[in-house]
Amino acid sequence: MPNVLVFAETRGADLRKVALEATTAARAFVDANGGGEVHALLAGPSGVAAKAESLGKHGADVVLVCEHASFARYAREAIAATLAARAKSGYRVVFIPFSSNGRDLAPRVAAKLDAPLASDVTSVSMSGDAITVKHPGYANKVIVELTVTGSPAIISLRPSAFTPAEKPHAGKTEAIQPAADPGAERVVVKDVTEGAKGKLDLGEAPVIISGGRGLKAAENFKLVEDLASAFGNAAVGATRAVTDDGWRPHSDQIGQTGRQVSPQLYVAVGISGAIQHLAGMRTARTIVAINKDPEAPIFKVADYGIVGDVLEVLPALTAAVREAKKG
Amino acid sequence: MRDRTPDLLRKLFPAQGCRTRTIFSAMKIAVCIKRTPDSESRFKVVAGGSGIDEAGLKFDMDDFASYAVEAALQINEKQGPGETIVFAVGPDAIQETLRKAMSMGADRAVHLKADGALFDGLSVATALAAELKGGGYDLILFGKHAFDSSAGVVGTATGELLGLPCVTAVSQLDVGGGKGSARREIEGAGEIVEFPLPAVVTIDEGVARPRYPSLKGIMAAKKKPLETKPAQLGAARVVVKAMELPADRPPGRIIGQGAAAVPELVRLLQEEAKVL
Repeated sequence: MPNVLVFAETRGADLRKVALEATTAARAFVDANGGGEVHALLAGPSGVAAKAESLGKHGADVVLVCEHASFARYAREAIAATLAARAKSGYRVVFIPFSSNGRDLAPRVAAKLDAPLASDVTSVSMSGDAITVKHPGYANKVIVELTVTGSPAIISLRPSAFTPAEKPHAGKTEAIQPAADPGAERVVVKDVTEGAKGKLDLGEAPVIISGGRGLKAAENFKLVEDLASAFGNAAVGATRAVTDDGWRPHSDQIGQTGRQVSPQLYVAVGISGAIQHLAGMRTARTIVAINKDPEAPIFKVADYGIVGDVLEVLPALTAAVREAKKG
Repeated sequence: MRDRTPDLLRKLFPAQGCRTRTIFSAMKIAVCIKRTPDSESRFKVVAGGSGIDEAGLKFDMDDFASYAVEAALQINEKQGPGETIVFAVGPDAIQETLRKAMSMGADRAVHLKADGALFDGLSVATALAAELKGGGYDLILFGKHAFDSSAGVVGTATGELLGLPCVTAVSQLDVGGGKGSARREIEGAGEIVEFPLPAVVTIDEGVARPRYPSLKGIMAAKKKPLETKPAQLGAARVVVKAMELPADRPPGRIIGQGAAAVPELVRLLQEEAKVL
């Protein structure tokens, strides 16, 4: 009967999708191991309590609500202290998303508790008292299976590896206090510069349209953006060559040294498929490649390849996707 | 070798240790680095699956660690006479990597000797924190994660164990006057933070492109001090059970040429892949 504590990550007063993924994973883990309770810690600014309902719907029995004005931004020291203080009270496992802030948070909590930590995990199982996890290491080229001894086991979950699923539980809210003053952070967030409104994050978008040098010029990324907007649920990525040239920001880079993504659909446009790029997207469910060179390595991994000039194929594809979305 | 290290300055101005730092802004920077296999390698798993087959693999300083070394060198070049000390936990082979950091310009190195695959980041952090504690470092840098374990635990955990402010995965870093500011890339946004020194910072891409060691640097590195001592690792509670290669993707297929292939692609995305 393992009880699991979930860090339900927020941005401002919004719940992030990874919070629902982690809650879903916790519910499934508990149910597969003889039952137990899922508690979600929801820290955010005033009003964040309204998000508890969604956590309950995804399987949380209890939602621990910690509201504080300073939690509108990532108050790393106070969040870590609060999560660690709570984690001490009898949980077998603590699930934290392996998001930008979650991967910052998990080692803090593990060090505070002197608890074992396994990171960027894609599956978790328990047999008797032993917890085993799988973690794609070596930039996704080797699956590393790890045994995690000790309690609570801190486990950070790879975004998109678990799909949010509804499994309604009580989601009873309980207000808790921060374990350290969120107004007394040594690391002070001065600003959060949001990207374009409504822009989907690469780690969360179901569809990614990604461009490489084959687009020939920075302004041709407009064609990539057009295709993304035709899909409606797509984000735009890029290769390292392109971000190094300043055609796109570094944060858009997909690959070994950039983002590693697993969308449902990845469309590689004018991308040859260097091994460093493949490391960032080879776990996508479906891969489409458009490239003029039939020998490009990207065609070895592409479920559907089109050989041709991207400047000619892209507008046709954008029009066809718009048409398909209408129907 | 640098002739004016902060230690020397502190010796010269013992009563004014703080002022010394203000006058020269000299910083003592620790950089913790890792040695990882060439990421372009084709990996094999040894029989029994206990680990990767290292035969034929080329190892070098991890990319993110090299950004951290470069960041430290640039800070000290800008701030005046400081000291950059590199640390690594691992087997003897890691000394080559420490020498490389010294050939780039680090002043000295400390090798914390430990064998075997180190997949328990907290255990490694325990050894580093024990070594770094009380060392008087203004700044302790790490790569944001290493290619092999891809976990990003050691830097943050070391910061926590040392009780220092810690900022992770920064893409811009500016330090001076006893404080630092940095930018972190978070999903769909950038986070700008300020923090007091001493601090632990882990380095993402964007901060600094590592320099190639010069011949002069390589020669100088041979004479720089490299101290070896056993790593005081914490208990390993996260251990490798098995490794395996991911299932291959089905072989790719080309469905057609040019814009004429678009209708077939759309049909496949709708009917076969069901993603449209």
